[in-house]
Amino acid sequence: MTLLEVSGLQVEFDTPEGVVKAVNGMNFEVNEGETLAIVGESGAGKSQLVMAIMGLLAENGSASGQALFRGKDLMKMKPKELNTVRGRHIAMIFQDPMTSLNPFLSIEKQMTEVAMHHQGLPRDEARAHAVEMLRAVRIPDPEERILQYPHEYSGGMRQRVMIAMGLLCEPELLIADEPSTALDVTIQAQITELVSELRQETRMAIILITHDLAAVAEISDRIIVMYAGEVVEAGSVDDIFYRPQHPYTRGLLASVPRLDRVSDDELQAIPGNPPNLLELPSGCRFRDRCVEATEPCREKPPLWVSPDGRVSRCVIEMEGGLIEAAAEEAGDAE
Amino acid sequence: MNKPVMRVQDLAVTFTSYTGGLLQRQQRQLRAVDGISFELHAGETLGVVGESGSGKSTLARAILGLIKPGRGRVIWRGEELTGLDEEELRQKRKELQIVFQDPVASLNPRMTAGDLIAEPLWTFYPNMERRQVDERTRGMMKLVGLLPNQINRYPHEFSGGQCQRIGIARSLVLNPRLLICDEPVSALDVSIQAQIINLLKDLQKKLGLALIFIAHDLSVVRHISDRVMVMYMGQAMEISDKTNLYRKPRHPYTNALMKSVPVPDPKLAAAARRDSWLTGDMPSPYQRPKGCIFNNRCPYRVSRCKVDVPALRKMENEDWAACHRAEELDLSI
Repeated sequence: MTLLEVSGLQVEFDTPEGVVKAVNGMNFEVNEGETLAIVGESGAGKSQLVMAIMGLLAENGSASGQALFRGKDLMKMKPKELNTVRGRHIAMIFQDPMTSLNPFLSIEKQMTEVAMHHQGLPRDEARAHAVEMLRAVRIPDPEERILQYPHEYSGGMRQRVMIAMGLLCEPELLIADEPSTALDVTIQAQITELVSELRQETRMAIILITHDLAAVAEISDRIIVMYAGEVVEAGSVDDIFYRPQHPYTRGLLASVPRLDRVSDDELQAIPGNPPNLLELPSGCRFRDRCVEATEPCREKPPLWVSPDGRVSRCVIEMEGGLIEAAAEEAGDAE
Repeated sequence: MNKPVMRVQDLAVTFTSYTGGLLQRQQRQLRAVDGISFELHAGETLGVVGESGSGKSTLARAILGLIKPGRGRVIWRGEELTGLDEEELRQKRKELQIVFQDPVASLNPRMTAGDLIAEPLWTFYPNMERRQVDERTRGMMKLVGLLPNQINRYPHEFSGGQCQRIGIARSLVLNPRLLICDEPVSALDVSIQAQIINLLKDLQKKLGLALIFIAHDLSVVRHISDRVMVMYMGQAMEISDKTNLYRKPRHPYTNALMKSVPVPDPKLAAAARRDSWLTGDMPSPYQRPKGCIFNNRCPYRVSRCKVDVPALRKMENEDWAACHRAEELDLSI
């Protein structure tokens, strides 16, 4: 069943240099119990997309479109109503666990208050529940460690605390924005393992946001690749890794340095820089960095959609795909 | 091989902190770098890899004299840096430069790209003619792949990768012979990381630089390194030729670091690292394990590892490993 359905989502920021369209007409859905990864470089709009859904945009940002969570539009909710949904039904964890935790409060205080506020539990029950969640994210000696302050935890342990806090209210949807990017590669692997286990133990849906395709290979069901505020490709995890359609997806895959191959080829980068939304080329937005770009790319590329939900936005024809007229109109509305 | 340009011998840095109240003040010693030795040749790249807290950055700073080492020597082209006074050391910085991790935070936001790159010239050659400074600045921009018409732009107008190019140009403008790169790509998008690594590799070839490249991820240093040193809690676990290390790591910690690198393949990803799982965090630096410092996380631990400290021993070839079982374990990929 569909848990979250986003359609026609646009996000704009008013800046001194002009209006920046960070997200330009996104349509996607998240099903119950499913893990969706949203992948893209800095400036792709992947974080702003979820910030808009959660009502957390910066002052100069505005969003339009629909985000139906269990049929109710998050974008039209009053702040109070949205506050209930956030934390209780949808939890979010951020990249830097140190700045998301209050350094002056013990983990016990921070976790217990969340449970008391959102679930109306009395203090001792809330505390017991918090300990249980710390145990669920594999923090050793949770009874002892809950008394400690954030600085007494290592980076990886802090991110576990963040996940535990996210899990407190047993949300239906967990949004994780680059949860392991700031961590050592060893700890990244542990967090990946943890998320993979939690997926199996709970029926929670997860949205994972990352710039590193390799980081989500093991733990996602579907993947959306974003570039300059738009979907460039979407499909099942196997589609994206084994049958990538879009040159940008292929570029992202090729840029991952691999150790499982003995060969020592030259490292592949995507040429150029992540998109500057104020200086986008005409036609295909990826054109100026694309190694396969040709003359027709100067025109707006078609959006191919297949019956099983595969999507590619490129002049290269997608097998079994039909051109989606409605989506094209949304894109043309800029 | 000819004579090394740099010799680091038994380098150690210890930080002292105090705990407890005024009356029960206790001194605690943190051994950030604990007896590191290596040699570096002209035009050679040494990759230094380890988790946060392994002492990689402290090692870099100690080599440059930005932190005073408690023990050991750094010999740069026959001269002992560790014995120099402040001013002599400052003059040496023309030859020894560093590139920092966060390309945006390490650049002054109020200075233009041109001024940022020219600043070291103003500092070390105050009498250099303006035209000459300008020429050199533009030359550096071209060298690192920036456009000359970007000279008057400010850091916020550049992407992360471009800011790192500015950082590199700034470090190279004095014509150094050694460049230390402290996690230069960790803050960049994966798609951009390879650009910077390839750039550094090209520059090294062109300029004949000796390079120390620090990272927490073994996959990042593979393409640029000739040799790789793996550090753990301030000590070297392994120093090996690149080809040998990636084909057959000698130390279980090296192996664990390799297994932690995510594989961009859904079917292989899970299987790839399950067989050698690195559990837990690095122990507190104040409570160093007895015996081998890695023993509490090591899947290959035997009783001896909890008692005897393994020395860094020479294997076949020019490879070194600090593990009791280095010869008997087969950790090949």
